[in-house]
Amino acid sequence: MKIFTCIKQVPGVSEVKIDPKTNTLVRKGIPSITNPMDNNATELALSIKEKHGGEVIALSMGPPQAEEVLRQALAMGADEAYLLTDRAFAGADTLATSHTLGLAIKKILKDSGDEKKYLVICGTQAIDGDTAQVGPELAEELGLPQITYVQKCELKGDKIITERVFRSEETVIIESKLPALISVLKEVNDPRFPTMTGIVNAHEEMEVKYLNANDLKAGKENIGLTGSKTEVFKIFIPEKKGKHVVLEGSVEEMVQQLCNNLKEDKLL
Amino acid sequence: MSITVDSELCSGCGACVASCPYGGIEVIDDKACITEDCNLCGACVEACTMDAIIWTKEEVGIEKVDLSQYKGVWVIAEHYKGNIHKVAYQLLGKGRELADTLHVSLTLVILGDAFDDQLEELSMYGADEIIYVKSKILKNYYSDLYTKTLTELITENKPEIVLIGATATGRDFAPRVAKRLNAGLTADCTGLEIDPKTNNLFQTRPTFGGNIMATIRTPNSRPQMATVRPGTFKKPEAKKRKVNIRQIDYDYSEKDSVTKIVKVINREKSKVNLEDAEIIVAGGRGVGKKENFKIIEELAEAIGAEIGGSRVTVELNWIPQDQQVGQTGKTVTPKLYIACGISGAIQHLVGMENSDIIVAINKDPSAPIFNVAHYGIVGDLHKVIPALIENIKKVKSAED
Ligand SMILES: Cc1cc2nc3c(=O)[nH]c(=O)nc-3n(C[C@H](O)[C@H](O)[C@H](O)COP(=O)(O)OP(=O)(O)OC[C@H]3O[C@@H](n4cnc5c(N)ncnc54)[C@H](O)[C@@H]3O)c2cc1C
Ligand SMILES: Cc1cc2nc3c(=O)[nH]c(=O)nc-3n(C[C@H](O)[C@H](O)[C@H](O)COP(=O)(O)OP(=O)(O)OC[C@H]3O[C@@H](n4cnc5c(N)ncnc54)[C@H](O)[C@@H]3O)c2cc1C
Repeated sequence: MKIFTCIKQVPGVSEVKIDPKTNTLVRKGIPSITNPMDNNATELALSIKEKHGGEVIALSMGPPQAEEVLRQALAMGADEAYLLTDRAFAGADTLATSHTLGLAIKKILKDSGDEKKYLVICGTQAIDGDTAQVGPELAEELGLPQITYVQKCELKGDKIITERVFRSEETVIIESKLPALISVLKEVNDPRFPTMTGIVNAHEEMEVKYLNANDLKAGKENIGLTGSKTEVFKIFIPEKKGKHVVLEGSVEEMVQQLCNNLKEDKLL
Repeated sequence: MSITVDSELCSGCGACVASCPYGGIEVIDDKACITEDCNLCGACVEACTMDAIIWTKEEVGIEKVDLSQYKGVWVIAEHYKGNIHKVAYQLLGKGRELADTLHVSLTLVILGDAFDDQLEELSMYGADEIIYVKSKILKNYYSDLYTKTLTELITENKPEIVLIGATATGRDFAPRVAKRLNAGLTADCTGLEIDPKTNNLFQTRPTFGGNIMATIRTPNSRPQMATVRPGTFKKPEAKKRKVNIRQIDYDYSEKDSVTKIVKVINREKSKVNLEDAEIIVAGGRGVGKKENFKIIEELAEAIGAEIGGSRVTVELNWIPQDQQVGQTGKTVTPKLYIACGISGAIQHLVGMENSDIIVAINKDPSAPIFNVAHYGIVGDLHKVIPALIENIKKVKSAED
């Protein structure tokens, strides 16, 4: 059985800082990382493989430097890795991204004798684009049942049994036959750290295979910017709100002033 | 498809560099240059005041859709245990505004099994029409049945805008519907506006962990679909109005769904409902330790508030997860939000900055929370809060 994990390279956004003078993003020195939930996806794929057998195949669409996140997946234990890279893929919205990923999965399945039983695992959302749309759209592209927001997952025969979070007070056990697509939350597991041998192997022995638009027989009208329906029109730093009334005086005075203000605003 | 810089026109001002989220453009020797990291998103093209950045899109025989066939604004309601999720009301408020600007009608769509008695109440929030898809099995949520039904309805009726709550349910079916329709979908919008020039929907959303806002448009296809986080817009006042109700009966059975719901697990329902609270007192790391959270509770009790906190306080186990405010927690819009010992990281601010009045109590005068606060008190919360409680009690007893 083939288990695909979809991995996105993202800027480590928690370290993105705003330059207070120019009000712009400081990107210098921000490392690119594997989207955190995608490590959970790879971990789940590996643990299913360890129990039930199969092959773990890591996929990423991105610029050539995204090869690094695939090397990391190989170091964790993935069997194969494919980088979908082409200038024609750039500027993709989620519709075009899911189409490209879907073409690659179909091609890999076809080239290996049309396996019918497979599982695709995505992260629920990426920390940069943050739409959580690629998983469901990829499921639609492949015509698969989808289960999103998965916090527990188990394989039983030709079925996966999952626990899906709906709201803080409700989870649902949902099962689906394979093939299927699931997108996972970070609660699903704790990703392993690659071993030294794993890292050496991934960088020296193993290959990241490249696929371009031609290899995927992708139609230009469905990929990259041209295949995208949404367009980024404008990007800006959120403006600061607030009236900046910093109260002054002793604690007692400040508190009294605050209560007076709140009373005026009819909040007390 | 490419982005190039006309170096004759470029003034080297750097506005493009500031606009790029990818580090894809740099100013070298006073001229902008596109780098390897360019993702062709086109943000720099809009930012350039000299018209020096040229964005060439190849026309590759994409069939042009006749946009004028699409009319009307739709809101898709979701529900839980027989109650319509409140985000649907909030979307009706915004949807009404958009529909009025476009001079079109507003439709509420419900997929469910027992809403007959609620339709009258639901007609009071701005819709001109309610489409009620009735089927026993739709009491529960099924990804594939929602997708199938909504895709059929949208294909047949051709609305120009479809709004969906960005809940765990909405974010499950919205992308699937969008993909089947080959339509653009913008996630987690915090602003929706009609472009007066083109009548396109401008959809503004936070990205990069809330550090950047992006305005997205879907200029060449319809419908324009968007999900919106609960708490972003306000529920409109209820008003009696004439509404056309269309009921469509579907004869679905469990076999029609490819996934099977095995069991629904209800966890202990949280007592706190932050999204509906009028006043919230929230604590951060500055509270110091778990035991100290008591004074937050006392303040909440005195002023009649619910309790929230930053992610740090959740991680430290001072308060439960469902009381976390922020990007990965709840988005709240109370009348009054009192932040105590919270620094005001962007991920926290995106969850509370639309509150009507924000009070910040923090000992560090340079804490970013003061940038959004209407009233700020610089001081040790262990001194300020007890004094504040005293004062509130005085004010309240004077009223009685
Ligand atoms: C500022 C900005 C705003 C945007 N807003 C929108 C928008 O509203 N709507 C829209 O359609 N597009 C939008 N995009 C484009 C979108 O970010 C890209 O399409 C991106 O490739 C995937 O989206 P995501 O980051 O939201 O991924 P998500 O859907 O959040 O990712 C979920 C999972 O899908 C998988 N995945 C995602 N991308 C890849 C990849 N490249 N390779 C392998 N696996 C992947 C991973 O498993 C990931 O965990 C926006 C882009 C920018 C720069
Ligand atoms: C992807 C991502 C998502 C996130 N999502 C969220 C989210 O949803 N919600 C969220 O809150 N955070 C979120 N965070 C974390 C966020 O970046 C901050 O780390 C967090 O909000 C800080 O919490 P804090 O303000 O309580 O703590 P700190 O930043 O440590 O601030 C403590 C403050 O207390 C003040 N203080 C200390 N002692 C006193 C005293 N005695 N009296 C008065 N003031 C005092 C200090 O001056 C300081 O300003 C997220 C981060 C990432 C990367």
